[in-house]
Amino acid sequence: MLASLKVMLGMTPPRKPGQREYSPGARSLHNVKRDIQGKKERVAAIKAERDLDRSNKWRNRRWATLIIINLLFVLSFQFDVQLVEGALTASRVLGFHFADLNAALQVMLAYKVILINLVIGTGTVLIMWWLLGGRTFCSWVCPYHLLSEFAEKIHLWLAKANIVRDFPLHRGTRTVLYVVFALLAVVSGYTVFESISPTGILSRAMIYGPGLALLWVAGLLVFEVFVTRRAWCRYVCPIGLTYGFVGATAPVQVTYNLEDCLHEGDCRALCMVPHVLEMTKKGYARDVDVAVGPDCTRCGMCIDICPTNSLNFEVKGLKHFL
Amino acid sequence: MAEENTPKKPSGLSRMQRRNRRTFLRSIAVGVTVIGASVLGFFPVLKGWTKRLRPPGAIHEDEFLAACIKCGQCVQVCPVEAIKLGDLDEGFGVGVPFIQARDQACDFSCDAVQCILACPTGALSHDINKKEEVHMGLARVSRLDACLAQLGKGVKGAAREQGFMGRLRYAEIDRWVPIKVNDHPYDLDICDLCERVCPIEGAIVVKTVGTGADRFGYPEVMEKCVGCGVCEMICPTDPPAIVIDIRETWKAEA
Repeated sequence: MLASLKVMLGMTPPRKPGQREYSPGARSLHNVKRDIQGKKERVAAIKAERDLDRSNKWRNRRWATLIIINLLFVLSFQFDVQLVEGALTASRVLGFHFADLNAALQVMLAYKVILINLVIGTGTVLIMWWLLGGRTFCSWVCPYHLLSEFAEKIHLWLAKANIVRDFPLHRGTRTVLYVVFALLAVVSGYTVFESISPTGILSRAMIYGPGLALLWVAGLLVFEVFVTRRAWCRYVCPIGLTYGFVGATAPVQVTYNLEDCLHEGDCRALCMVPHVLEMTKKGYARDVDVAVGPDCTRCGMCIDICPTNSLNFEVKGLKHFL
Repeated sequence: MAEENTPKKPSGLSRMQRRNRRTFLRSIAVGVTVIGASVLGFFPVLKGWTKRLRPPGAIHEDEFLAACIKCGQCVQVCPVEAIKLGDLDEGFGVGVPFIQARDQACDFSCDAVQCILACPTGALSHDINKKEEVHMGLARVSRLDACLAQLGKGVKGAAREQGFMGRLRYAEIDRWVPIKVNDHPYDLDICDLCERVCPIEGAIVVKTVGTGADRFGYPEVMEKCVGCGVCEMICPTDPPAIVIDIRETWKAEA
């Protein structure tokens, strides 16, 4: 748990464990896998079978959810139905206060007054996103995430054609920026981050009409296409880190099962936060079942791509009730 | 050892180390750029480039920018759609509500100060319960020489130029539905529109003097003025003869 938080903050994931560090079950599975003959052919065959009928189940569900949620904000104002009032930074859902955790945090740090409505809104959202898995907000709600996914597709396509190259950053950048933005809010007395948050800018642009601020968002997307893959979500956004902390103990998780895994690494290749999938590397899983760390956005892309169903959504504790 | 193998690289660092160093420097560059971009928001605020009339109940400007969570719920409840949100040129004022009184002033159509009730953070202070307690600014007759009343002129027909979209609630027409100002023609011998449409009783008075053709008037702003800007919106002269001094407080004339 502590180790996974450190990885989220930017530490390099632990090295491959030694023989003694495996659980007995994991050790025997690792040993069995070492002796399998004709592995290459087997992987190729299994992948070919997957590609015959590629499923984008989770991606489709996620995109639909993201679009519906943002559309609810827009339509609710357009037609004055008062279903979801406000924007992603703060809203009333059927009259109940909701406040984005990071926006509320910035306001409290800058304003230095505890506001009762904001505490209520924050509490509601805190419980909701703790249950649903913290960074689930990122991939299932945040409109910038969706645009960024398209930018990433273009980036990867251009990279394949050798037109661009990914210039990765150190993952600790986000942690440093998180602290800097918190300090800036406290010292300056302004919600400094909010003025450049693409999440807020996009949400307001959709609901209240576009503005110049969209140029900033466009600039970020251009940077992500030509320079650094998924730069904002991976290395900058404090919202992601806030929700990452919230989801660290969340019941909704992606879990990994070692048994059938072929360790070919398709999941890591498309994951926005591949450091959470270290255990899928050959010989890295210490246990037969391993939960994916808090930086995971629960986007489900690894579940869609996995040819052996080794990655799955799980609701912790649900087994006990069923 | 490294020097022997890689004579071209005098730094003596391995490939890995050099790559890590580049990543590190790149991270610093991006980090500094992002913080720089966010801090740019200071300038419009410090320089007062875009001084804005804030919605009713707005607390002190600096605190207002801090407390506002930029959600626009105030925008959504306003029956005359007077409230707009700030754009990039306003720095930290991005997404913060303001009112462009000349285009559409707050006429308190909602009565209960809905924007204040909608505000989730108290940036619009919940201490205010009725329109008379609001303080947005203070009206000032800025161009007395252009004032129609002062010139002894009246108003026939629409108050504002053709195509003006601003709306007001006229209690005598419909208590709850605001209509376009220009759909409500006037026929006045001496213009007293600012007093006539003012939502706060006794905030502005147009006194008339003289008789017959020499009759003229002059508007006087009183202490009760809350700075809502309806007078600025209705004023038929262009630019308006009366404007709101944002966040100005009333001082008795010496």
